[in-house]
Amino acid sequence: MKVLCAMSGGVDSSVAAALLLEQGHEVTGVTLRLWGGSSDSGCCAVSDTDDARRVAQQLGIDHFVFNFSDDFDEKVVAPYVEAHAAGFTPNPCVECNRHLKFDRLLERAHVLGFDALATGHHVRLVDEAGKRFLARGEDAAKDQSYVLYMLDQAQLTDCIFPVGDKTKAEVRALAAELGLRTADKPESQDVCFITKSEGREAFLSERIQLTPGRVVDVEGNELGRVPALQMVTVGQRRGLDMGGHGTRRFAIEVSVESATVVVGEASDRFTDSQRFTQPCAAHEPVQGQVLVQVSAHGQPVSATVEGDRIIWDEPQPRVAPGQSVVFYAGDRVLGGALAA
Amino acid sequence: MSSIAETYLDNAASAPMRPGALEAMMPYFQVHHGNPSGGHRVARRARQAVEESRDSVAAHVGCSPNELIFTSGGTESDNLAVRGVLEARPGLALCSAIEHPAVIDTVELLGGSTVNVDERGLVDLDDLGVKLSSDISLVSVMMANNEIGVIQDMAAIAERVREAAPQAVLHTDAVQAAPWCELAPVTAVVDLLSLSAHKFGGPNGVGALVHRKGVALSAQQSGGGQEQERRGGTQNVAGIVGLAAALDLTVSQRDEEYARVKSLRDRLTNEILAGTSGARCTVQQADGLPNISHLLLDSVESEVLLVLLEREGVMASAASSCASGAVGHSHVLAALGENTAEARGAIRLSLGWCSIEEDVERGVAGFLTAMKLALEAAG
Repeated sequence: MKVLCAMSGGVDSSVAAALLLEQGHEVTGVTLRLWGGSSDSGCCAVSDTDDARRVAQQLGIDHFVFNFSDDFDEKVVAPYVEAHAAGFTPNPCVECNRHLKFDRLLERAHVLGFDALATGHHVRLVDEAGKRFLARGEDAAKDQSYVLYMLDQAQLTDCIFPVGDKTKAEVRALAAELGLRTADKPESQDVCFITKSEGREAFLSERIQLTPGRVVDVEGNELGRVPALQMVTVGQRRGLDMGGHGTRRFAIEVSVESATVVVGEASDRFTDSQRFTQPCAAHEPVQGQVLVQVSAHGQPVSATVEGDRIIWDEPQPRVAPGQSVVFYAGDRVLGGALAA
Repeated sequence: MSSIAETYLDNAASAPMRPGALEAMMPYFQVHHGNPSGGHRVARRARQAVEESRDSVAAHVGCSPNELIFTSGGTESDNLAVRGVLEARPGLALCSAIEHPAVIDTVELLGGSTVNVDERGLVDLDDLGVKLSSDISLVSVMMANNEIGVIQDMAAIAERVREAAPQAVLHTDAVQAAPWCELAPVTAVVDLLSLSAHKFGGPNGVGALVHRKGVALSAQQSGGGQEQERRGGTQNVAGIVGLAAALDLTVSQRDEEYARVKSLRDRLTNEILAGTSGARCTVQQADGLPNISHLLLDSVESEVLLVLLEREGVMASAASSCASGAVGHSHVLAALGENTAEARGAIRLSLGWCSIEEDVERGVAGFLTAMKLALEAAG
């Protein structure tokens, strides 16, 4: 098949391209130019494009760079900033997958006559009763199914994930065997458009007004203030001690409209149910008994989905609004949604 | 010259070397390999090659040999001009909105601003007039634009600058103009002029800056004192010899080449426009460089067309090549106004000294096939 392999400059996508060649496919590599500003995350900087290009040269495949920075600004960065302004906690990597990598890039692959799009994500594809599902990668610690929950049947049919059935150690070993430049490259960390030196607060303050808020307890008693309301995430503890009273305090709720953060003790974080919005599913809408994962590498917990609510089997901490909740049946991804 | 497999239509990015230029360079790699700054006869022989090249280039561009600085290429020449002037005489810098990144990025980095162009890409002389003042230390306007090929009226621009800002230094990036246009008349009205060898059949990595006498310029590369203290560093002897030889060959064939390549370009453009829908010329080609065909596409993305063209064996480009290899968003097209900025895609096809009829035939055929596929896929 003619496969377009997205190459980030990391070791996983480098090896993905190599495996596809081994499997006899006609492979072309592509790197996306997404963020035009500084980047030190290990993904998307010009140096990462150079790494991807060099690996492509070593493998003897064509390599292109596509500039999707306008869409990235519009569909990932701007919503990230707006979400913070509204008091939510967005996950930009999810939106990048949703709108750029598996939408615009997949479309570009079709336009250019490719049969499939491949990436280096640690996920697998399983077919059951005529339906294709995304499933957790072989290496549980590196499983990336959480950030790909939005893929529908059509996308899953047109995608290949060559390293999904390998452990990270196996991937690095293969890269080393092939003499690839990226064999020892550290994994990319954090959001690709915010540098370590700048940090999230500086990034946001250049784009929105960071405003102070009152900190109140669950009874409404005012305990203090926070300087930047939009920086507070539900579940966070940092910065909320308010002169301490011995007990640890956690953010329970953030309201930009009332400029308030409600804090509580550890036990106050827990809730019996969690509402969600914007659900998506590869097949039928998700209802009934499922496993739910609420962070990239969190432990899945058992729950029942009823309408637009997750009813936890055991009380769980509130999920920060805007974060993704992903529904599994065993290792298979059924779908996901955004915590409300 | 063109191979059967490939149709190279990206000469504005880089052109193959002229055989005569390559030949001229060869002795300077291993035989006359001396360091031109040295004292013994091996060094002196290398030095002679540099100075003979300098005399030759100076004669062609219309300056004296002392007014020529050899550099590593167009970007260095542009940087030396902009940074060198502002360092020597701090003040504001102005450049056209369509300069090559080597000028515009540098000007903006140093706090300068731009002058508007009209929808044809010509500098708006009124806007220039408004922006000129006694605070201006440097004005930079490229003689011909690398993306769309528009040629500026340098005499009119120089007149405005001398009148409204007599203290300002006037620089022109003549990198794209040099293969096709007589430089002496422009050299006569400017203070600094940039050249780059690989645009006219010389090697990559070597260029020159014309630096008229009396213009204050701070060296950007110190150490060694070469180029009369204006650009330290061992000269690229072979490269300089290649530059001079290439320019000499270019000038000697210029009139016929201009006419020949223009005719090829016109044929390329006309046959493409006749054979496809949704493409149009960005600017009037008749008034610009004879080798560039720049087209706007209504419904096809540049990146898509470039990949499809490559599959047909046709090499072209869109916007300036940038370090990441991606197609940048063109500040040139943005400066031309709404009509241009709204196009879905843009393509630059550029011919050169080695382009022949077959390049046009294959270029047209490849372009039409690629467009057909792209339009079908766009749905």
